[in-house]
Amino acid sequence: MSGQSAATLCKQPAAPPPTERILSWGRYPKTAHHRVHKPAWNDQVPDILRDAAPGSLLPYGLGRSYGDSCLNDGRDLIDCRRLNRILGFDESTGMLRCESGVSLSDLIDVFLPKGWFLPVTPGTRFVTVGGAIANDVHGKNHHCAGTFGAHVRQIGLHRSNDGLVICNSEDNLDMLRATIGGIGLTGVIAWADIQLKRVAGPWIEAESIPFQSLGTFLDLSRESNDHFEYTVGWLDCFAGRHPRGIFFRGNHSADRGKEFHPKRGPKLPFALPAWMLNHYSVTAFNTAYYKIHAARKHAAVVPYDSFFYPLDSIRQWNLLYGKQGFLQYQCVIPETKIEAVEELLDRVARSGMGSFLGVLKQFGSAPPVGMLSFPRPGLTIALDFAMRGQRTLKLMQSLDEVVQQSGGALYPAKDARMSSPLFEASFPRWRGFVPCIDPKMSSSFWRRVTEAQ
Amino acid sequence: MTAMRKVIILGATSRIALEIQRLLVRRGRELLLVARSPERLADLQADLLVRGAHQVLTYSADLASIQQHAAIFEFARHTLPDFDTVLLAFGSMHDQKDSETSVDILLKELHVNFVSATAILTLFAADLERRRTGCLAAITSVAGDRGRRSNYVYGSSKGALSLFLQGLRSRLHPAGVRVITIKPGPVQTPMTDHLANSARFADPEQVARDIVRALEQRSPDVLYTPKIWRYIMAAIQQIPETIFKRLSF
Repeated sequence: MSGQSAATLCKQPAAPPPTERILSWGRYPKTAHHRVHKPAWNDQVPDILRDAAPGSLLPYGLGRSYGDSCLNDGRDLIDCRRLNRILGFDESTGMLRCESGVSLSDLIDVFLPKGWFLPVTPGTRFVTVGGAIANDVHGKNHHCAGTFGAHVRQIGLHRSNDGLVICNSEDNLDMLRATIGGIGLTGVIAWADIQLKRVAGPWIEAESIPFQSLGTFLDLSRESNDHFEYTVGWLDCFAGRHPRGIFFRGNHSADRGKEFHPKRGPKLPFALPAWMLNHYSVTAFNTAYYKIHAARKHAAVVPYDSFFYPLDSIRQWNLLYGKQGFLQYQCVIPETKIEAVEELLDRVARSGMGSFLGVLKQFGSAPPVGMLSFPRPGLTIALDFAMRGQRTLKLMQSLDEVVQQSGGALYPAKDARMSSPLFEASFPRWRGFVPCIDPKMSSSFWRRVTEAQ
Repeated sequence: MTAMRKVIILGATSRIALEIQRLLVRRGRELLLVARSPERLADLQADLLVRGAHQVLTYSADLASIQQHAAIFEFARHTLPDFDTVLLAFGSMHDQKDSETSVDILLKELHVNFVSATAILTLFAADLERRRTGCLAAITSVAGDRGRRSNYVYGSSKGALSLFLQGLRSRLHPAGVRVITIKPGPVQTPMTDHLANSARFADPEQVARDIVRALEQRSPDVLYTPKIWRYIMAAIQQIPETIFKRLSF
């Protein structure tokens, strides 16, 4: 399914040369696509699927995957962003039906004023519903709400050989579980039914608490998970084995009311020169960030967007990392292997290549909904690294050893370089997923992690 | 002149129209959407209703078929009798090379962009003129400002429409009916996806914002969007024909 030969691809009708540069959020790897289809209506998708060569297509949303899971180098993408209609909403139950290219940002703008919010939201609002399902994204409420996919009741899926397939808990359950977390490989999501969540308003009662070790973080997390809907930790990874950080926790505020005026933040206009991001500037940033939060008021009522999406306030923040881009390393490690997390942080600190914003979160124990869902019980940690060639890749390989030995896993949405063995170890059920792949679909990520088989 | 309240959109499933409709719904306007596909209209209607629209009427008809125009007009008069704004948003752009070799394609392009457009505008213009109120707006193109080697068939059809609107504006002025000529530069829409550099074209949302603002204000008569195209086209129109005929763009 993955080893598509170049000869088969050449049989496609002549298409315009690649004019549009599509990269993922990390801007690494650099890819060139053959053609980008842009259906404006769901009724146009079947023709695109029918006319395509086997293994030549991949749905694409807002490109917030960090590595190559949203890319299809040398082949085609189906840009789903024009499929952005909300098809129905039940005011009494909060059940929503929308097309796959609707962004979470759009949903918040439409439904938060009505008193409804996303059941699960990742750290950026600029992802599509299709992308949120395909990566089975998680958020600060994973410990009580599970992943985004846990709130998807039904999916209409365009398949190249069976037309529109309706997937829910009664019909095509396997296809539903393959599509949730299926990184776009099972077909093009036409629409999805999602259960929204009632909230009191747009304000969050948030608390920030400094911590000085992983143990303290875990204690804070465990004691908070019963009383706080949202918990997450920020980590200064230069501190090594005994990292310092800030623990954030919060609940929707019932008292603050509904009035709210969103602000539009600044935009990074171009890629910064690589030298600007170095050991000293990042250390200075992290120290300042820690000190500001550690000194600030312990509890406050804050707008939802600064609580959930602090980075969205700087549009195109990924350009901070310069032309070469960056890699994010997000793994999950079983809670019993806390020393493995310390070992990871130690290796990062010793390399001197640490990042801004390390993120720590204790996942809940809800069983994963998708066959390839990443979240599982344990401690997840996400770290950014500027791409500096072999040096960066070597560091990440050494982190892989720690993850694999601990029985942990890496997150495909953040990955541009994990090995096939690590993928297999992370997703032992992947062979069961293979029959659900649409024969017209493939991705750079999928070829990379399965081609060695 | 009255404020915009009830808007008829001809060619409602076009990309720019779609963005305009969302903005109008946010402002509490009532809409009548006309387009060919009943399925697409139903999706649009659902979307706009969830987004807070009070009323969204739809009528499925082929605007390129002039025989259907009377029925469209009658439907509008019966379901939305006090409509005050009509926005024409349909158009077609074939590959220029095809209309150089096929008279059929050439005529089709002229028919959709000019003949059908002026035919249906004439029906609505008479009604607004009689009621001495309202606004007619039509999306033409900067391509209509000068005939270019690479795009003169589309350009001439839109240029002719602009000229028609110019005369119509003068005719309706005494009746207090406003006519707006909307000239977008290249915009990222399904119509332009096949063109080189289409990724750099204007954002349809931005273009829609400009158009809605123009609909709400008293001026201008001719809207260039994004605004820079007013100056670009002014410069292009200054180039002497002896030089211009040698340019290949």
